[in-house]
Amino acid sequence: MANLTINGKTFTLDVEPDTPLLWAIRENAGLTGTKYGCGIAQCGACTVHMDGVAIRSCGISVAEAEGKIITTIEGLASGSTLHKVQEAWIAKDVPQCGYCQSGMIMAVAALLSEKPKPTDADIDEAITNICRCGTFQQVREAIHTIASA
Amino acid sequence: MNKHVTPKMNRRTFVIGTAAVGTGLAIGLDIPFGGPAIVRAADGSPEVNAWVVIRPDDTVVIRIARSEMGQGSLTGLAQLVAEELECDWSKVTTEYPTPGQSVARKRVWGDFSTGGSRGIRSSQDYVRKGGATARVMLIQAAADEWKVPASECTAASSVITHTPSGRTTTYGKVAEAAAKLTPPADVKLKDPKDWKLIGKGLLRLDTADKTTGTMVYGIDIKLPGMLNAAIKDCPVFGGKVKSFDEAKVTGMKGVKKVVKVGDSAIAVVADTWWHAKTALEALPIVWDEGDNAKVSSETIAKWLAEGLDDAQPAYVGNKNGDVKAAIAGAAKKVEAVYNYPYQNHATMEPMNATALYTADKCEVWCGTQNGEAAFAAVLEASGLPAEKCDVHKVMPGGGFGRRGMTDYVRQAVAIAKQMPGTPIKLLWSREEDMAHGRYHPITQCKMTGAFDADNNLVALHYRLSGQSILFSLRPEALQNGMDPAAFQGVAQSGEAAFGYSVPNLLVEHSMRNPHVPPGFWRGVNVNHNAIYMECFMDELAHAAGQDPLEFRRKLMGKNPKHLAVLNAVAEKIGWTTPAPQGVYRGIAQVMGYGSYVAGAAEISVTDGSKIKVHRIVASTDPGYVVNPAQVERQIAGSFVYGLSALFYGGCTVKDGRIEQTNFDTYNSMRINEMPKVEAVMVPSGGFWGGVGEPTIGVAAPAVLNAYFAATGKRIRSVPLRDQNISFA
Repeated sequence: MANLTINGKTFTLDVEPDTPLLWAIRENAGLTGTKYGCGIAQCGACTVHMDGVAIRSCGISVAEAEGKIITTIEGLASGSTLHKVQEAWIAKDVPQCGYCQSGMIMAVAALLSEKPKPTDADIDEAITNICRCGTFQQVREAIHTIASA
Repeated sequence: MNKHVTPKMNRRTFVIGTAAVGTGLAIGLDIPFGGPAIVRAADGSPEVNAWVVIRPDDTVVIRIARSEMGQGSLTGLAQLVAEELECDWSKVTTEYPTPGQSVARKRVWGDFSTGGSRGIRSSQDYVRKGGATARVMLIQAAADEWKVPASECTAASSVITHTPSGRTTTYGKVAEAAAKLTPPADVKLKDPKDWKLIGKGLLRLDTADKTTGTMVYGIDIKLPGMLNAAIKDCPVFGGKVKSFDEAKVTGMKGVKKVVKVGDSAIAVVADTWWHAKTALEALPIVWDEGDNAKVSSETIAKWLAEGLDDAQPAYVGNKNGDVKAAIAGAAKKVEAVYNYPYQNHATMEPMNATALYTADKCEVWCGTQNGEAAFAAVLEASGLPAEKCDVHKVMPGGGFGRRGMTDYVRQAVAIAKQMPGTPIKLLWSREEDMAHGRYHPITQCKMTGAFDADNNLVALHYRLSGQSILFSLRPEALQNGMDPAAFQGVAQSGEAAFGYSVPNLLVEHSMRNPHVPPGFWRGVNVNHNAIYMECFMDELAHAAGQDPLEFRRKLMGKNPKHLAVLNAVAEKIGWTTPAPQGVYRGIAQVMGYGSYVAGAAEISVTDGSKIKVHRIVASTDPGYVVNPAQVERQIAGSFVYGLSALFYGGCTVKDGRIEQTNFDTYNSMRINEMPKVEAVMVPSGGFWGGVGEPTIGVAAPAVLNAYFAATGKRIRSVPLRDQNISFA
């Protein structure tokens, strides 16, 4: 059993402590917006926030996540008000297939909370998620749009 | 216009394809007492025709048969219907009919296959007619109500106006009456100059859910009582399961069952996928790997190299003059051998499907590029007839050709069949996805060019050796053994025609099919053919001491559309003006999927091995551009996919199996490696070409030619990873 705080709610989940946080979020908490892409912390599709920092949830265990504040894509908006990254993603039509975009959005949201006006170099360093559709151009434009708002 | 619209004949009521979850549209033929029949959508709204449902609140539901997988066709197809329908775009929503419903209605929605960049170009005519037909019926219904001639009525933005009286009504108010009318036999489509929605860069219709985590992909399907399956297929293609020790894992947490899938795979079924995967990894499996276990990249390369020898048999795909005589008598000869590896599609979402099998029904939920192929796979794997099967399409996390295959669907059904009544979600691990791709075919190519004393190219011999996709996947499409698709981009004519005129030309293919299964991989045979041809064109230009652009132009006089896109990129990148200090340019062109494309790159190279791509310009002439914003995204995305393939994309074979297991050994470009792609659209009209794939063909050769300009070295082998060349 593990107690996880996800999107402001406490979940008591029947999982082994070494279960990757990703699978506890998806299968036990039932929040499927966070995606599985590689399982080895390479692609970033599973990115969530842990205490406000972007992490790859496939690479850390439930035991490590206990006592931390976890935010997933489902918890990024404030009620019915979308996060500014989500708004920009819609306005700029960023996603293609969209599968990697939960992780992409979470990574960008974490970057912007740390650096509200990131340079291209900041983006290059912080955003390392794989997108096979190739939305990078729109991702970059959307980040700059938010930063200049 | 009003004479040929008459009430429909009564038809027998039927209801098909009820979905346990999701949005599968249940369709019924509703026959009111003594009245005409109306086909209704799941919510009771009337179908004006198969493509258009209009709700009383004026919402327009447009049916989309082709699959959306990120390429934007869903929005583009809706634009095509809405253009002719004259509806209010802000009220448009879309819905997928299921393949089962389509088959039950004599394939009223046509082909579901979404590959070969055909989503829009192969259905544009009939979907526009679907919209136009519905418009005529809606106007007729209003005219009937007003008792005026339909010719006095017009429609715009879902409002019908009787021009003489100024009376108006809306589509939602007359849809019920329109649905009772017999559709006109013939409708006239708009002249392209009158298009209002086609050609506009409208926002996609499916974005919002992709930003909130609510879009449902196959991996996200939840059904009551559902269990999860992890699978391992024999890592050596063609191998079989010899034995497995089920007892070792049956007591592990959550494990429900261990099942054999066909004769080559084992699946563990558990409460969660994590439990299933954990148990699968602990399960001892002994494989009968067979003779294929002796095959390696080296043995394949040797076999393919033998096919470059003129003494070996080959299929001729394009020919004029007498190449061998012209080469023998030439003043100068240039020869080069190139090769291209196996590559995995590596969609972000690994293969998966959810199946529910009972004695009298089998349903599958999955992302697929070909709903009807998935449907056929369900029929075959379940053994049930068409009326007892269906497939519910969900958003695929990438396709790129991989999800046109149905192997994962068959597996899910085979597992579910062993657990009747329990929905089974089968998900491949990334490692399984890497091990069981349908790989970009492997090829080598020897090219020989010959010049006369004045440096005119007089002969070109293009000898391809390697794998045929059609041989493996569509043998019925072979022509006396020849794979015509092998010549994409270097073909004599058609949608992937060669763009140069050479007096003596021989393009041939020595077919060699190793055991590694090939598949259609975004760009397909255009990818390697464009690298071979366009890099060699660059070599020929260099040998002739001519500018690569000017050299090409001289050979393209008879192919003005090929030339126009080449000129467009040359102009945009400023080919005739010097590049910035330390920056070098490369250029390439090809035709594929009915579209003419060209690309140019500006790169710098450090230490001969670190490439920085500064700038990319790409042009396309697809005839018509339905949604320029989406075309721009497809062009940019195709370069990310194509340059990922060039730098990182190689699958090597050892002991009969693929060596790469995940993104750590099979990398993909990141944002820091990718420059902005400047798209130049030069639609010349009069034809419909594809968009998703063609431009991928010029990505790699443009960069490789720039690399030569920068270093004086030719790279003739992909990926650059294996040449110790990386991004800076």
